Amino acid sequence: MENKKRIFKQIKSKYFPLIKSLQTGLLLITGLAGYMSARCPIMNMSTLLALTGSLLLSVSGSTALNMWIDRDIDAKMPRTSNRPLSTGETKPQEALIFGLLLSIIGIGWSLALDPLYGIVVFAGLFFDVVVYTIWLKRRTAWSIVWGGISGGMPVLAGRVLGIGYIDWIGIALAMAVLFWIPTHILTFSMRYHEDYQAANIPTFPSVYNNQTTRLIIAVSSVLTALVMGLAAIGVGMTWGFLRLIAVLSIGLLVLAVRSLTLPSERITFGLFKYASLYMLSSMLLLFAGGF
Amino acid sequence: MKKITVLDRILLLATGLLAAYQVAVGMDGMEPLSIWFYTISFGTLLIAGLLLIILGFEGLESQAVVIVSTLIPLSLSLGLVSEHLVEYTLHYLVFCVVGFTAIVITRFSVISRIATIVLAMVHGIAGLIIFLLPIFLSIRGTMPAGFALVGLGGALIGLGGLLLAFLKAGKPILSQKTILTLLPSLLFLMTAAFVSGLSFR
Repeated sequence: MENKKRIFKQIKSKYFPLIKSLQTGLLLITGLAGYMSARCPIMNMSTLLALTGSLLLSVSGSTALNMWIDRDIDAKMPRTSNRPLSTGETKPQEALIFGLLLSIIGIGWSLALDPLYGIVVFAGLFFDVVVYTIWLKRRTAWSIVWGGISGGMPVLAGRVLGIGYIDWIGIALAMAVLFWIPTHILTFSMRYHEDYQAANIPTFPSVYNNQTTRLIIAVSSVLTALVMGLAAIGVGMTWGFLRLIAVLSIGLLVLAVRSLTLPSERITFGLFKYASLYMLSSMLLLFAGGF
Repeated sequence: MKKITVLDRILLLATGLLAAYQVAVGMDGMEPLSIWFYTISFGTLLIAGLLLIILGFEGLESQAVVIVSTLIPLSLSLGLVSEHLVEYTLHYLVFCVVGFTAIVITRFSVISRIATIVLAMVHGIAGLIIFLLPIFLSIRGTMPAGFALVGLGGALIGLGGLLLAFLKAGKPILSQKTILTLLPSLLFLMTAAFVSGLSFR
């Protein structure tokens, strides 16, 4: 019993923080929403569970690998300096094995479930780990575009698993996530501007300026709302759900414009939080629309 | 400024969920025009609730609060008029557009006394419609008795509007702390009354 407790405690403190549970949870929800957007028979619980398991493992694996790759810059930033790899609680080798193990099982499971679904899940991992983190993150502020593409893969993967092929609705859903990413990441990089500078990571606020960054956030918010609305119409959401998505989109636009015209740190971080809530709500509506 | 508590956030979240429910599924079978008006009012309530959760009560310091808090009673009363006093819809719509424009203009361009009078007049008329019309329709038997709950919501929105308006005008009826303590409960009860009242249509 004591041994079990110790192992559980170790997993909780050494490995659980490596998967960024909130971010992974949100991506998992987008995947489930993509699947449900296909209006699959909800009785097909085995596929739904397999999607949950394979996506959870793949996303967690890629996140852990990112943590392993970024361990040097995490140690330089006050915001991330208490992560287990920075503090030394988790050894780099342990994190690498953990990340690889989760990724291999997750991708393998995905491919076994459906080859096209597996390829899309793998593309998400590849864009995230190789293109975004290894290749571009330390070189250009525009790396977030590739981070955004990888962020859009779970919802596309879910949709592909539901319908068996890639359609315009799946691409629109992935694009909605792609356009949402700048709102999410740029507000964050404005708030933690000094942290990123300390780690020598190029961000929009450091390469351009805050006002340009706010303009990009506003434009990407408009695009997110438009593409999400388009995808929701394509999915065949009820008029009531469409109204609700429209209302939530207006909230996003109002905050983005407010951040542009009357900038303040509170509004910027408010936009960051609202954008997360917006994506979560939209995906839950897509999910609920499947019932 | 009073810090927002966990209970406040729970009440505001419940308010937002009720408003979201009303927007998504609570208006089935209504006329399109009424749906638009109710969507504006409940949509504004939803976004206002979410922003209060995110920004805390400091969000109330914005000038936009007065405008947002005007949008809710105006659009709700418009929804009621377009549903039950169809022949007056256009007249009342004109009043709402003119009233809303006047509130926006006076807020930014003239002395505060005129702004307060305009605000009180427009709010007052909208508030009376929300309070009296559902009760009148219920008593007359045109609508089920439960519809009068919308009137109760109207009374609560009137109370909340008064408290906030006087607070923003610098002459608070109750202390700022008391008002902010009451506000989440008031918003929740008001929304619950509206949603349950409208379900008796």
